[in-house]
Amino acid sequence: MKGTKWFALAAVVAIVAGALALTGCGTTTPAASTSTAPAKAPLSGSLTIAGSDTMINLAQAWSEQFMTDNPGVSIAVKGGGSGTGIAALINGTVDFADSSRAIEASESAAVKSKGGEAISTSVGNDGIAIIVNSTNKVDAVTKDQLAKIYTGAIKNWKEVGGDDKPITLVSRDPSSGTYTFLHDTVLGKTANYAPSAKLLPSTQAIVDEVKSDPNAIGYVGLGYENSSIKVIALDGVKATVATVTDGSYLLSRPLLMISNGAPKDVAKAYVDWILSPAGQKIVTDQGFVPITK
Amino acid sequence: MTDEPSRRRQGLGRAALRRAAETVVRVLITTSGLTAIAVLAAITVFLVLNAQQAISTVGLLTMITGKLWYPTSTPPLFGFLPYIVASLRATFVALVVAVPLGVAAAVYISEFAGRRTKELAKPIIEFMAAVPSVVYGLLAVAVAGPLVKVIFNLTSGLTILTAGLLLGLMAVPTIVSISEDALHAVPDELRQGSLALGNTRWQTVYKVIVPSASSGIFASVMLGLGRAIGETMVVLMAAGNTMTLTWSLIASGRPMTSVMAGEMGETVQGGLHYSALFVIGLTLFIITFVINLAADTVLERQRSRWRR
Repeated sequence: MKGTKWFALAAVVAIVAGALALTGCGTTTPAASTSTAPAKAPLSGSLTIAGSDTMINLAQAWSEQFMTDNPGVSIAVKGGGSGTGIAALINGTVDFADSSRAIEASESAAVKSKGGEAISTSVGNDGIAIIVNSTNKVDAVTKDQLAKIYTGAIKNWKEVGGDDKPITLVSRDPSSGTYTFLHDTVLGKTANYAPSAKLLPSTQAIVDEVKSDPNAIGYVGLGYENSSIKVIALDGVKATVATVTDGSYLLSRPLLMISNGAPKDVAKAYVDWILSPAGQKIVTDQGFVPITK
Repeated sequence: MTDEPSRRRQGLGRAALRRAAETVVRVLITTSGLTAIAVLAAITVFLVLNAQQAISTVGLLTMITGKLWYPTSTPPLFGFLPYIVASLRATFVALVVAVPLGVAAAVYISEFAGRRTKELAKPIIEFMAAVPSVVYGLLAVAVAGPLVKVIFNLTSGLTILTAGLLLGLMAVPTIVSISEDALHAVPDELRQGSLALGNTRWQTVYKVIVPSASSGIFASVMLGLGRAIGETMVVLMAAGNTMTLTWSLIASGRPMTSVMAGEMGETVQGGLHYSALFVIGLTLFIITFVINLAADTVLERQRSRWRR
């Protein structure tokens, strides 16, 4: 009886192991170090960062490079959305909140009420690309049309020059800075996303959904744009690094790292490095727009 | 070998030790039992206290019957009827999947499978319960979603049906395990008596064995239902999260657990939105509590009937 049970367990383990062996555990080679190691005394310490899902890949790329250059430093990066990061900063559980929107007055006051001060550092720029399925005929919408699409006033693609197909709205959930930014910039403070909008838990989920649904429209940070989906122009301007840099694209915004008080020690070294050419090169590599001085 | 007196002394010492151990264990078990009750009471108080602000500001009825949930707009709206309905839809699909599959598997394992198959199959099915829910979520998005999309000719695979299918699979091990225990507990005399009266094996199963074990099977279904309605990760990933109020199973929906998990992180502690999420939590708690209570009552009634 007992032996058979163990045998069953062993069988399961064997199947799992076999499956793993068949697929082969692919490993990615770490990116070669591009920046020079600091000449000063080696840094040590640890940082915890949480927030924007738009920035998560960027934040991870930064932390990996910085940890490679400074083996004594360990940096933990978590996503969850800008609001989540700022809430964590207020609760004092992180050193930096990554945010793709400005800190709200109420949040800033919450930090102050706990005896601190929220300091925002702009570490890069981002444009929010409006994306549709690659089979969609629509190439451009106006800001007004986009607002009507997301509030549910426009329900069919033919109303904006496409096929006679219902529009599937894809959105982030309210913990996302991008959700709030699009809401405030395009929909207007008093309007609301239509109830039929799919509130997906990550930016990658939006990309996947728009890729598979021919009627979908979504919005993602510039870094998530790829060839499997189609970026459409907004008010005649397409979201690209160039249009975000020169400010001609409407949905441009700074990417922020918010700290409680001015960054010190390791935190300061980290921010300084991010603002340096080496750090800003990673911004470009990740598909975002470097800060202009 | 030890001589007689020392063995007796040893036996006495052992008896005293056993008594002491028994006292310690009894105290420990009593404390654990009371702790469980205390924790449940504390959770209830915690939920009610946190939900109070939203209930008094917005009103419980307004929230439960409201069709729009815009916690961050001005003025904020906190109606979560569509989310209650979405939870019920997903749970319904889960039950439709899990009950026939689970009970049939339990009957097979208990009554028809050979000894070797039985001893292999049960632990393997129980192993399904050890798979993390996020893995089921990935399966829902990567496998069930595309299938649902093709079969029903939809534009998107993120539907209540997709999530419900996986919720059903997740509930299967609970149902199989407990149902099988109940079937196994049916005395052999009943089986032999039924066969001796000329019933076939299958007739024995559905006329004698399953009815005898029905209370256990019912309990397993209720526990499976509890698992399905409270599951979060799968619905968050696969149900599509729309606020639309519909009973369609192939439309998207946002079950209550999904709302709480998706929004709790961004709320300011003590705020109205935070409190409103607790109202959803309280509602879910009451629903599962009522389900369990109903199950218990039915079980108790059945038990007293069998006792006669």
